[in-house]
Amino acid sequence: MSINVHDKYKPLTFWEQLYFPTILSGLALTVRHFVRNMFAHTLRVLGIKLKWPGSVTIQYPEYLRPLFPRLRTLHRLAKREDGSPRCVACMMCETACPARCIYIVAEERLRHPQIEKVPQIFDIDLGLCIFCGFCVEACPEDAIRMDTGILEIANYARTGMIMNKDILLKLEPDETRFVQYNQEGEVVSTSILKQR
Amino acid sequence: MAEGIGIILLKFGFILLFALGLGGLLTWVERKQSAIMQDRIGANRASIFGLRLIGLFHPLADAIKMFTKESFTPASAEKFLFTLAPAISVFFALIGFAVIPFGDKLIFGDTVVNLQVAPLNVGLLYLFAVAGLAVYGVVLGAWASRNNYAMLGGMRAAAQMISYEVALGVTIFGSIMIYQTVDLQQIVHLQGGTFWGWLPAWGIFMQPLGFILFLTVGIAETKRVPFDAPEGESEIIGYFIEYSGMGFGMYFLTDFVETVMISAITVTLFFGGWQVPYLLADGFHFPWGEVWLLNNWTVALFQIASFSLKVMFFLWLQMAIRWTLPRFRYDQILRLGWKYILPISLLNIVLTGIVIMVLK
Ligand code: SF4
Ligand code: SF4
Repeated sequence: MSINVHDKYKPLTFWEQLYFPTILSGLALTVRHFVRNMFAHTLRVLGIKLKWPGSVTIQYPEYLRPLFPRLRTLHRLAKREDGSPRCVACMMCETACPARCIYIVAEERLRHPQIEKVPQIFDIDLGLCIFCGFCVEACPEDAIRMDTGILEIANYARTGMIMNKDILLKLEPDETRFVQYNQEGEVVSTSILKQR
Repeated sequence: MAEGIGIILLKFGFILLFALGLGGLLTWVERKQSAIMQDRIGANRASIFGLRLIGLFHPLADAIKMFTKESFTPASAEKFLFTLAPAISVFFALIGFAVIPFGDKLIFGDTVVNLQVAPLNVGLLYLFAVAGLAVYGVVLGAWASRNNYAMLGGMRAAAQMISYEVALGVTIFGSIMIYQTVDLQQIVHLQGGTFWGWLPAWGIFMQPLGFILFLTVGIAETKRVPFDAPEGESEIIGYFIEYSGMGFGMYFLTDFVETVMISAITVTLFFGGWQVPYLLADGFHFPWGEVWLLNNWTVALFQIASFSLKVMFFLWLQMAIRWTLPRFRYDQILRLGWKYILPISLLNIVLTGIVIMVLK
């Protein structure tokens, strides 16, 4: 092991030890921001919109930030073309899940030559889930995905945090919540959405 | 004719409303100003029937929350002192306003109203006495809570207040030497004229060093950042750790009222108090010879407005400083107090003395 010597606490110079010059320069910075932002806010109240805003705040419940596509959001169970679940109840995700929050009970899939099983129960307890995405990686059928763009998962009861098969099958990916890319992989739009 | 009890009560009500109103409003100013300085928007969600008024309802919501919360007393606390301490704290913060002059004279028929609640001829000394007693509320509260962290906070407050109390007294000596009085109304009167016919004769032009030192010490007295070692939220939470509900609310208010107090004293001593440049008792007398005559009421209004505006400017400045600097380390606070500010303010006295001697 090596020893790291940090030169973090070097003694203050005389100028810095006087306190006041450095305090004043710090004050100048914050006051400059104050004056600039106050100017923008005042003009906005008077009905004049400047190119630069007076703040970087996104007023959250009304406005939403765009999400990056690789962000792991609420799970969903994908469907086949005929509307039946893609999931074959192989229990891979249940095994891979480090939080042990997936609970699957399989049943026989009737009248199908290749697919033998479908889930009868498929519960994910979001109160336990750590959003690691291992379930998505593990799935051989690409049946479980985390691309719904839903982040607001809250409930008054623990039981309300358990998502069952019907809910998970109904969820669809929400394209508008994500940053849009074009064919070359360049970002096309990152606009802030207005909700509702 | 002397002032009746009714007029004194009216003045009392006015200054109390001024201090408490500004103190309450400062919670809003603190949120909004810090937000704007940091490119944010700040609290704006409290609303009445959908009316938000740029967050002005937040102080109201705070007050309602404080009053309706349980005021909890720990089992081992000294109950009587525990309840009394926050009240002492607020009390000493508020009574200082009695000697602050907020205007000159108002004439009602044959009654002359001195716009100062208590025209004490020892005003400045009284202020120091009050400021010195303010620490009792903090230390008593800390002691009565029987909590080690509160105790630490209280001890820090005591050490800090005592070291800065000395400096607070000494920084003012320069002004006292110049004005030869400690009556605040008279000090403001003496700042009325002009230097060379155009520069208002405010204290800052005679005591620039004194002003900087006094503002620093004053901010230390309010126990707010960068001198908030007694609170130290991140390490010991502070002397009010056991307080909840309105007990905490009173300590909280004390800090803000003291901020207003420091602004008011600074304005009175160094920025001409209620003086408006070129405004004499009968109207404006501009340096280029123009004269606008005004009646007594208009002049008084101008003076009160001038005093309030100056106080508000210093509130803004104190907020800006509070949101710019991080907290000083505890030893830095004491070193700054004893090793820098005290000697420099002693030097200020000597310099002032020499200048006075030379000018004579
Ligand atoms: S994201 Fe991770 S924790 Fe959540 S269900 Fe999938 S594997 Fe389990
Ligand atoms: S890994 Fe995929 S197919 Fe297997 S049980 Fe989980 S979701 Fe279904």
